[in-house]
This record gives sequence, C-alpha cells and structure tokens, in this order.
Amino acid sequence: MAERRTSRRTARAAEGGPPARLAVRKTYKLYLGGAFPRSESGRSYPVTSASGQHLANASLASRKDARDAVVAARKAFGGWSARTAYNRGQVLYRVAEVLEGRRAQFAAQAVAAQGLSPDLADRVVSAAIDRWVYYAGWTDKVAQVLGGANPVAGPYYNHSAPEPTGVVAVLAPQDAPLLGLTSVLAPVIATGNTAVAVTSETAPLAAVDLAEVLATSDLPGGVVNLLTGRVPELAPHLAAHADVNALDLTGAGDLAVELEREAAATLTRVLRPGPEAGGGEEAWLDPDPGTARMTPFLETKTVWHPVGV
Amino acid sequence: MPVPHTAFAPEATTNRELRAFLHGLPGVDEVGARARAQDLSTRSIKTTAKAEAIDLAISMVDLTTLEGADTPGKVRALCAKAAHPDPTDRTVPRVGAVCVYPDMVATAVEALRGTGIGVASVATAFPSGRAPMEVKLADTRRAVADGATEIDMVIDRGAFLSGDYLKVFEEIAAVKEACGTAHLKVILETGELVTYDNVRRASHLAIRAGGDFVKTSTGKVSPAATLPVTLVMLEAVRDHHADTGRRVGVKPAGGIRTTKDAIRNLVLVNEVAGPEWLTPDLFRIGASSLLNDLLMQRTRLSTGTYPGPDYYTLD
Repeated sequence: MAERRTSRRTARAAEGGPPARLAVRKTYKLYLGGAFPRSESGRSYPVTSASGQHLANASLASRKDARDAVVAARKAFGGWSARTAYNRGQVLYRVAEVLEGRRAQFAAQAVAAQGLSPDLADRVVSAAIDRWVYYAGWTDKVAQVLGGANPVAGPYYNHSAPEPTGVVAVLAPQDAPLLGLTSVLAPVIATGNTAVAVTSETAPLAAVDLAEVLATSDLPGGVVNLLTGRVPELAPHLAAHADVNALDLTGAGDLAVELEREAAATLTRVLRPGPEAGGGEEAWLDPDPGTARMTPFLETKTVWHPVGV
Repeated sequence: MPVPHTAFAPEATTNRELRAFLHGLPGVDEVGARARAQDLSTRSIKTTAKAEAIDLAISMVDLTTLEGADTPGKVRALCAKAAHPDPTDRTVPRVGAVCVYPDMVATAVEALRGTGIGVASVATAFPSGRAPMEVKLADTRRAVADGATEIDMVIDRGAFLSGDYLKVFEEIAAVKEACGTAHLKVILETGELVTYDNVRRASHLAIRAGGDFVKTSTGKVSPAATLPVTLVMLEAVRDHHADTGRRVGVKPAGGIRTTKDAIRNLVLVNEVAGPEWLTPDLFRIGASSLLNDLLMQRTRLSTGTYPGPDYYTLD
C-alpha cells in the first residue's frame, strides 16, 4: 500500500511539477452557544453561486436547533447584559478589528456567492466593518439619548433608563447576507440583548464566516447564534416561542403578518420589515442608521426616589 | 451468576460474613455498564409515549429543597407546587413526595394536609453523616414524630470505605427500626464510593440491612446520579427480587434537570429492573429544577409552542 503510494508520487514528480494537493473543503455548520455544531437533524443543503455553480453544503437547521439556540441565548443573556456598556463596546470594536483582517476573504465570498462587482463587494465589506464600529460607539451612549431625568409633580427624583429586552429572534435579510446581517445583528447585541438569527437561505456562507469572526472576538458564546436554513421552517417556532422576547421580521417576506400574529400570543416585541428589506446589500449602505434598530429591543425602566430632606 | 440468598429481615451477622458476601458479588464491567447506559439513553421516546413518560416522571419526583437558606415560607410554596404543579392545568399529576430537612417536616406536613402527598425528610446528619449514632437516631425519631412518611438516611461512607461493613449494616438496621412505619431510603453517596463495584456492594448491603429504597446521592457531591450508577443499583434491586421476591426501590437524585434526563432514567428502569418498577412506589427522582422542565415539555406537547421559564415559578 505504502509502496504503491510512493511509486505514484514519484511517477507524478517525474512528469515534472509538485504532487497535487488534496482540496481542503470547509464544512459550513451552525453557530450555537459559541460552538459550531452540525444541525441536530443531520440535514444539509447545497449552496450555489449567483451563476448556479456549487459552492458548498450548508447545514439545514431544524426546529430543535432553533430551540437549542434560544436556550443558549437565554443562558448567555445574564452575563452579556450585566457587562458594562463600555465593555460591550470594546467587544464590538474587536469584531470590527478581526473582520478587517479578513476583508479579502469576505470580499471574495461576496463576489462568488452574490455576483457583486469587486468594487461593490469591497464597499459592502467596508460598510460591514464600519457598522460594528458604529454600534460599538453607541453602546455607552444609547442610555443618555433614550433615558433621562423626568420632571414629576412631587418631591421625587424620577429617572428612566433603557434596558435590554432579552432574547431577540432575528430573521436576517435574505438578499443581503453580510452587510444586511451585520446591520440587523449588531444593534441587537450592542444594547445587551442576545440574538438568534436565521441567515439568508440562498447565501448563508458569509454568515458562517462571520460566526468565525464573532467566535474569535471575545464575544461570549451564546450571545449570537446563527442558524442557516429555511425561514418558513424555523420562523414560526421562534415567533411562537415563549422565551423569545422580541422578533425582527426584516427577512420574513410574505410570512411577516402571520409571524406577527403568532408572536402576539406571548407578548413578543415585533420589528416589522423596514424600507431596506428586499433592496439587496446596497440598501444597507447608509453609514448612519441611527438608533432606529436599537430602540425596538429596549425596555424602559423608570425609578422613583424621594428627594432627601 | 445468581447473587447469594439475602433475607428481608436484617439478620444478625458478622463483619467477616458480610465481607465474604459483598466481596463475593460479581464485579461490575465498568466499560460495559457505561456502554449499556449510553446505548439505552439514545432511545427515542416521542409523542404519546413521551406524554405518558412525562406524567409518570412528574408523579415520581421527590420535590426537594435542601438548602441552608430554607425558610418555612419556601417550604410552604414548594408544598403548594407539589400538590398542583401547574395551577393552570389540573390534569397534571401531583408529585411523589416533598423532601426537606428534619426541622421543616412539621411545616411541610401542615402544608400538605389533605393532599395525600408524603413528606420525606433527610436525617442522620445529612449530608455528611458524621455524627454519633445517638444523634442520628434522635434525628430520625424526631422527623418521624413530626409526621415524615419517608426517611432519607446517609450511610457512613468512611466506615464503608475502610471495610467496616458491619457498622454500616447495623446503622441502617437501627435507623430502620427508628423509622417505624416510615419508609427508609438509604443514600449511598455514590460520588464518594469511587468504583462501580463499591456501588454494587453498598446497594446490596443497604438492601440486606432493610432499606426500602436505595438512593444515589445527597445532591451535595459531584458527580451525583449518573446513568451507569443508577444502572448498577437497578441491577442490584432486580437481583434481590429474583432472589427473595422482595422489591426494593431506587431513587437517583442530583443532576437530573431536564425531561430528557428523566426519560432516560425511565428507559433504564424499564430495561434493567423491569416495568414493575415504573411506579412511584419503586422509583423516585430526587430533583428541584426538573419539575419545571417537565411542565414546560408537557405544555410544549399539548400546545405545540415552546414555553418559557418566565411562565413558571422560581423555586
């Protein structure tokens, strides 16, 4: 056996040129609780490029993966929400740093998977990196903007402060797998929520690559959980789940109304699809998206305290 | 190999005879026990079978609070939960018993009056068991006098590990006598027994000394109730039944937190000891957080949506 292998190698060497390398193909898996498991169901589905060429197989997440993701997100919520806003900002900035180091990979991915021009792909990756920096800056400023001291008719100090709502299920934009995903994910976790995101079904590879960035950026496991799969299969379970506190319907498409109805049964906060939904990566290029994607996932805590003598 | 005959009534014996008996037991195939437990834990229990298993598991729960910070109020809240685990759904069965420290027995008995749910009390200087014999017996008598229907005693692991089997045997027999009509569960604290062979020996010793149940752990030592340990104990009660016709119960306690864990234990009981053991009279699960998970899975099965812990009591 060994002899035969050697002789084949020498034969190839004799033809000139080094022996061919075996292709090292990546297994694209889910990102749950800081780990990269395959789908509990064992299923996967082929992912093709914009021109129809096979790129890789991605895990096809099941209802139970969604449940496990919610459990992981709930477990991570206590620690993540208790971090200081300043520290959360540092972690988000770290995501930008790590992403910056891998920008060539993400740009190439965007060209291959979505058929973007190299120029647009470069702009999209830059915008995605800048988005993390943008929300990293917001982490310790959102309380001043949304909270404050309220004038009340009595001898009391009255303060309001925004607090994270809890576990947020995010249906990421289907046609904007990197910048769109970043734009809906970063504001959710910036304020201390934890997220379960269903990524783009047709172009999920950028999300799994992003998960590798998140996993190496001091972001605690479970703060972000990424499920690759079909929105119609996963979203109803996430919408009806009583341990999900809020639902971002950006990538819900035609299901949005029905999902909002299901979410109402457990008083889940809902963010309806905005004007960016359906516009591709270009729709998310605005460098200053403001607080609009943070406020829907915050609760306002108001404290009364008697004025001293 | 059949296990030598063991009689129901604890008979007078000597350390020498006990040693010969316990060390004559066949050794446990450790790899085999782990593999069998692992194999059985992959059984798929779904839909109606799962619904039945959940209700059975709820009726087997010894709802436990054994904290230094226990208050009468907490014990009363736990008793209310024991009687009606889910106040919004009266079809949920009540739990097997409530398990508390001896000084909380009177409170629990008062709170459970009329529900038919028993009160189990840990006794004999739980959890270490390091106290003089008179103290252990007084502990037991007091709990029984206060109305405990079940006593969970701990064995003297130090004596067992040093080979003084007679001391362990006599202690169990004496506590059994002090129990009167109350059921006696003997806690082996398997996490401190080191080997599966010791678990098998301690199980047979406890059964022979008159224990009505053998229980894995106090819940204060890790590892607590692992599946292979429960497997070895179930084999011991099965062998004892084959030998004498007397059925002794098993109670894994500590570390069983999810419905999946509970169902794995039920599968183990069914496959190792047999379906006769699938009753709260012969199998209990000592747990505190397990009940909420069972209730959540029950809701999941009946409504089709996942419930959240916000909708259940904190206990």
